[in-house]
Amino acid sequence: MNELIEAVPYLGKRHPRLTKWLIIIVALVAPLIAAYFGRSWMRILDFALLYMMLALGLNLVVGFAGLLDLGYIAFYAVGAYTWAFLASPHFGVHMPFWIVLPLGAAFAALAGIILGFPVLRLRGDYLAIVTLGFGEIVRIFMNNLNHPVNITNGPQGINALDSLNLFGWNLAQSLSFGDFKIHYLYLYYYFFLLCVVGSIVFIKRLQISRVGRAWAAMRDDELAAKAIGINVRNMKLLAFSLGATFGGVAGGLFGSFQGFVSPESFSLMESIAVLTMVVFGGMGNIAGAIVGALILTALPEILRNIALPVQEALFGTVILDPEVLRMLLLSLAMILMMLLRPAGLVPAHARYSRPELLKGGA
Amino acid sequence: MHTNPASPLLQLDDIKISYGGIQAVKGVSLELYKGEMVCLIGANGAGKTTTLNAISGTLAVASGGITYDGEDIANMPTHKRLRKGIALVPEGRGIFTRLTVEENLRMGAYIRNDAAGIEADLERVYTMLPRVKERLAQVAGTLSGGEQQMVAIGRALLSQPKLLLLDEPSMGLAPLVVEKIFEVVQTVKDEGVTILLVEQNANLALEFAQRGYVMESGKLTLTGTGQELLADPKVRAAYLGE
Repeated sequence: MNELIEAVPYLGKRHPRLTKWLIIIVALVAPLIAAYFGRSWMRILDFALLYMMLALGLNLVVGFAGLLDLGYIAFYAVGAYTWAFLASPHFGVHMPFWIVLPLGAAFAALAGIILGFPVLRLRGDYLAIVTLGFGEIVRIFMNNLNHPVNITNGPQGINALDSLNLFGWNLAQSLSFGDFKIHYLYLYYYFFLLCVVGSIVFIKRLQISRVGRAWAAMRDDELAAKAIGINVRNMKLLAFSLGATFGGVAGGLFGSFQGFVSPESFSLMESIAVLTMVVFGGMGNIAGAIVGALILTALPEILRNIALPVQEALFGTVILDPEVLRMLLLSLAMILMMLLRPAGLVPAHARYSRPELLKGGA
Repeated sequence: MHTNPASPLLQLDDIKISYGGIQAVKGVSLELYKGEMVCLIGANGAGKTTTLNAISGTLAVASGGITYDGEDIANMPTHKRLRKGIALVPEGRGIFTRLTVEENLRMGAYIRNDAAGIEADLERVYTMLPRVKERLAQVAGTLSGGEQQMVAIGRALLSQPKLLLLDEPSMGLAPLVVEKIFEVVQTVKDEGVTILLVEQNANLALEFAQRGYVMESGKLTLTGTGQELLADPKVRAAYLGE
């Protein structure tokens, strides 16, 4: 929370208390504001929260443990397909969320360990290439496992996934109290928000724990980390599997929210998008992951809504497709970031110990 | 525990280490006795660091035996060797640059859980390294090279080593700072810690150490007391620039 407060320009440093409440209020009323601009903006907000979970999980692997992972979206896929297998008419299985979501997380963690073992000795670019390959392998499997036995339904994907049903309360159905209706997108928003807040609390605790320090040590100097007795192998596997767990949970939520999964949602571009969020926000930093995910989910949509009318007004026709423009502007934003704020929008002032543990202050 | 003073604390028996197809250490045997400071000198690429890493367990030996305190440790993982008292200060210091100085020091006690003992050892390190104590809350990456080296040594001491392996503590430091580092090393030795020191600064290392080994392309070629080696014409020609 403190990191997030400091991340707010101007106000954050001068009035931290006020900023804190401002952040909480904005987080709570955001969907109401979005609703004013239309349903699609509410969906975007919901997706932003899912991306936050992904960015938080990837930040654990890349930012905390220093392991560059370009195939992170594979874990998202594992979570989403777990939901699709166990809660959809595809196999006719309809398990409740409290079984499917943990199972998705567990499968993702397992996938993380499966990826972790062969890459234990790799570093930097080599690690990036192998993880990239892993992400593609998972996607291609999903794409082709419809023959000879139809498991994933191939490129068509799986339809009509069960929506999130919290012990009899279906989040996909709008609540109504007489005339007053709460749209289901709100329900999902607040549920996802709860998940993100939970993730933040968990990751923050992890960061200032023995494990967080071991990761930091390993990232800064692997040999020295070994020399002080850190079991580097286990710590790497733990990073991969814990990071994957977040991907798995987010994937399951994505499946339930979207109601449809197909391999094309889990392309390499998605992995890169999540990594960009982490780098853009500031690696090794919880607030960075959140700010990065929020900006990079919202920016393309804002562009889409601005670029089209502006071009039509100026030239009478659309010259640059918003999709092209999006990549162009994203790249420009990244280049500017590297020049102006190489450590990310919110540079890490990460702490790794509980303050009361340190006698010398921190 | 074996306490026979005649048996060495550490014994390397014909160890060989390869990186891929290249053999970096081609059969090295040496002994270290309790309380000694021994140095290993040699040119770049002679295999000194490799030998040290093999003793600490951060690198696996292809063949040969490593006996420590009467026990074969050749296949023991690093964290277990650390518990037995073998600590390494790696080449280039290996500071955790994004942690504070105090966190760095406390990380040295990663394998311990006796809170009171850790606090006492921290105090001991602070007295030994007053410069470090002034900078506890500072992020370690912002320290000077000499201060980082001090932190690295202090961190190793927090694991309560019986055998301290120092890999080029003088690397990249100004002569005045190097002398300070060696004074610290001497203090550590006086507290009864056995020290194996790898150095390129042969002159200084041989002055401080009781015994020395000279290493050349993966093999030990000469051994003797510090004074003998300092006087040896071959050593003088090869390492002392005469």
